[in-house]
Amino acid sequence: MPANGAPIFAPWDDPDAKPLIRFENVTKRFGDFTAIDNLTLDIYEREFFALLGPSGCGKTTMMRMLAGFETPTEGKIFVGGQDMGPIAPNQRPVNMMFQSYALFPHLSVYENIAFGLRRDGKPKDEIHHRVEEMLRMVRLQKFAKRKPHQISGGQRQRVALARSLAKEPKLLLLDEPLGALDAKLREDTQFELMDIQEKTGTTFVIVTHDQEEAMTVASRIAVMDEGKVMQVSTPDRIYEFPDNAYVADFIGDVNLIEGRSSAAIDETVQIEWAEGQQAITAQTQRPIAAGQKVFYAIRPEKVTISPDRPADAVNAAQGKILDIAYLGNLSTYHVQLPTGQVIKSQMANTRRISRRPYTWEDQVWVSWTKTGGSVLEG
Amino acid sequence: MRRYLVIALPYLWLLGLFLVPFLIVLKISLSDLNLSIPPYMPQLDPSAGWEGLKDFFSQLDFENFVFLTEDDLYWKAYLSSLKIAVVATLLTLCVGYPMAYGMARAPSEWRPTLMMLVILPFWTSFLIRVYSWMGILSNEGFLNQFLLWTGLISEPLVIMNTTTAVYIGIVYTYLPFMILPIYSALEKMDDSLLEAAEDLGCSRLQAFWLVTFPLSKSGIIAGCFLVLIPSIGEFVIPSLLGGSDTLMIGKVLWEEFFNNRDWPVASAVAVILLAILVIPIILFQRNEQKQREADG
Ligand SMILES: Nc1ncnc2c1ncn2[C@@H]1O[C@H](COP(=O)(O)OP(=O)(O)OP(=O)(O)O)[C@@H](O)[C@H]1O
Ligand SMILES: [Mg+2]
Repeated sequence: MPANGAPIFAPWDDPDAKPLIRFENVTKRFGDFTAIDNLTLDIYEREFFALLGPSGCGKTTMMRMLAGFETPTEGKIFVGGQDMGPIAPNQRPVNMMFQSYALFPHLSVYENIAFGLRRDGKPKDEIHHRVEEMLRMVRLQKFAKRKPHQISGGQRQRVALARSLAKEPKLLLLDEPLGALDAKLREDTQFELMDIQEKTGTTFVIVTHDQEEAMTVASRIAVMDEGKVMQVSTPDRIYEFPDNAYVADFIGDVNLIEGRSSAAIDETVQIEWAEGQQAITAQTQRPIAAGQKVFYAIRPEKVTISPDRPADAVNAAQGKILDIAYLGNLSTYHVQLPTGQVIKSQMANTRRISRRPYTWEDQVWVSWTKTGGSVLEG
Repeated sequence: MRRYLVIALPYLWLLGLFLVPFLIVLKISLSDLNLSIPPYMPQLDPSAGWEGLKDFFSQLDFENFVFLTEDDLYWKAYLSSLKIAVVATLLTLCVGYPMAYGMARAPSEWRPTLMMLVILPFWTSFLIRVYSWMGILSNEGFLNQFLLWTGLISEPLVIMNTTTAVYIGIVYTYLPFMILPIYSALEKMDDSLLEAAEDLGCSRLQAFWLVTFPLSKSGIIAGCFLVLIPSIGEFVIPSLLGGSDTLMIGKVLWEEFFNNRDWPVASAVAVILLAILVIPIILFQRNEQKQREADG
C-alpha cells in the first residue's frame, strides 16, 4: 500500500471495472496452423501489459489483430466496449510499433516521426514541436535529417518507437521496443515509457523477451505458449505463485520436483518424490486429492545451503556440490542428491570469493521452508 | 595484368562497336554528297601520305548541319518525334504501372508465371508482331470487325495509318520495359510499410500516394527512359503503322539514306539524334546510380 493511502492500481480485481481491451474466445488460424487458440483476456485502461513467451507463441499475431492487420478466425475483440471487427486499422485508436520497425525508407527520421501527425492535419508548428520533443526523448536530434538506412539498428528502433509514441494514442502496442538497445539506454527508455504512461494515462501492451524488463515495467504479465495464455498476473504473483509448471519454469530459475501428494490437511500436503528421501512438506491453497501427481516448484534463492542439517528445517536433503556458478553478487550452487536429482541453491556472496565456505564435491545440506515453494498440478 | 585485361575488355568493346562506327558516321556527316560509291567525298587515301591527310581534313565542313537548320522539315521531325515519344511513354506508364502493381501484389507463387507472360512476346519477331497489329487495326481488321459485330459502331474506325496506331504500336512494343523496372521496385517493398502507414492514420489511397508511389519512383523513372530513348528514334513502327502525317525523325533518316541516297545529310540527322538522346541517357544513368546508393 503506498504511503499516502491511495488505492493500489488493480482494476483487474475490481468486478465493476470495464476493460479497455477484451479478447473474447479469439482464435486465429493460418491455414490449419493455430497461432492463437481460444484466447480470452481483459486489459484495463492505464495498464502496462507485458506479453512474455517463447518465439512463435503468437505475441505478434495478437498485436496485429488488435491493430487490425489480421482478422480473428473466431471470436471478437473489443476496444473500449466497441467491437473492432468492422473497424479499419486507420480508424482504430491504436498505434503499433512494428517488430521489424517498418520505417519509411524514402523519408528522413524527422519525416518518419511526423508522418502520423501530418495525417491528423495538425498545425505545422505543433507538429514541429512534437517531433522535436520525440527526437529529444529518444536522443536522436542529431540524426533528424538522416534516412533510415543511414543510422544504426538501435537508432532505427528508437525512431520506430518515437513514431508510434508521437500521436499519443489511447493504446500503444510495442512489439519488442527495446531489444536492440544497450543496457543503459534500455533502462533509461523503460523509465521514460513508464513516465509517459504516468503522465498521459496511455495503455501499453508490450512484447518483450527480457523477463527483467517485464518485471520492471509491467502492471501485469501474460505468459503465453503455443497460442494459449498460461497465466496472467502481476509480476510478483507470476514469480512467487505460478499457476503451472510451464510458467514456473519459463519465468526465472526454478527447481521442479515431480511427486505424489497426500491429501491436503490444513492447507498442508506431504509430497513423496524420491525413494529414501523425506517427503516434502508444503503449504498450498489448491484442493489436492490424495495420490495426485504434482510438481513442487521452488526458486533457488529460497533454498539454503549449509554444512549440517539445520535443526529447525522442515525440508532438507543431503548431497554434494556438483557445480558453482559465480554471478558476482550471487552464486548458484548445483547440489546433486544421491537420487541423482540436482537442486539449485542461490546464495548472496557476502564474502570474498577466496573465502567461500563451500567448494566442489563438498557434502552439504539443502533446506527450505514449508512456504518457500508452490505445489502445482501436473 | 589480369586486372587490366578485365578492365580493358569492356572498353575495347565500346571502342570497337560504338566509338569507331560513330566516328565513321560523324565523318560522313561532315562530307559532301558525291555521285560515286560510296556516295560521298572526300575518301581517305592512305597512300597520299601526310599531304593527303591534310587535304582530306580541309574538305570536311559543317555544311550539312547548316542545311538541317535551314529546312524546317528536320527540326519539326525532331520535335514531333520527341512529342510522340513523350506521349507514348506516358501512355505506357499508365498501362504498365497497374500491371506491375498487380503483379507485385499477386500471390508469390503466381509471380513467375505473370513475369513469363510479360516477357513471352519477345520470343516472336518484333516485325511480325508489328505486322499483326496491322491485321488488328486496319479498316477490315479484327478490331473493327468486332466493334461492328457488337453494334457499337456502324462505320469502321480509321486507326491504321494514323498517329494513334503509332501510339498503340509503341505502347505495345515497349510495355515490358516499363513493367519490369516498376515491378522490381514494387516487389522489393515491404508490406509492413503499408500497414505502418495505415496504422498512422492513412487511408489505403493515401498510403499508396505517400508510400508505394514514392518507393516505386526509381522504377518509374527507369521504365520511362527505357521506353522514351528507343521511341524517339523509332522507325519500324511509324513506317508500318503510321500515316503520311506521322512525322518521326527515324522515318526521315531512312528516307534520306535510302530514297534520296544522301548519306551525308542522313548522317548529320543521326548525329544530332544521338546528341539529343545523350541527355535522357545521362539522366537515366544518374537515376540508376542514385538508386544503387539508396539500396546499398
Ligand atoms: N501470415 C502468416 N502465415 C502463416 N503463419 C503465420 C503467419 N504469421 C504468423 N504465423 C505463425 O504464427 C505463429 C505465431 O507467430 P507470431 O509472429 O505471433 O510469433 P511471436 O510470438 O511474435 O514470435 P517472436 O517472439 O519470434 O516474434 C508462428 O508459428 C508463425 O509461424
Ligand atoms: Mg513477434
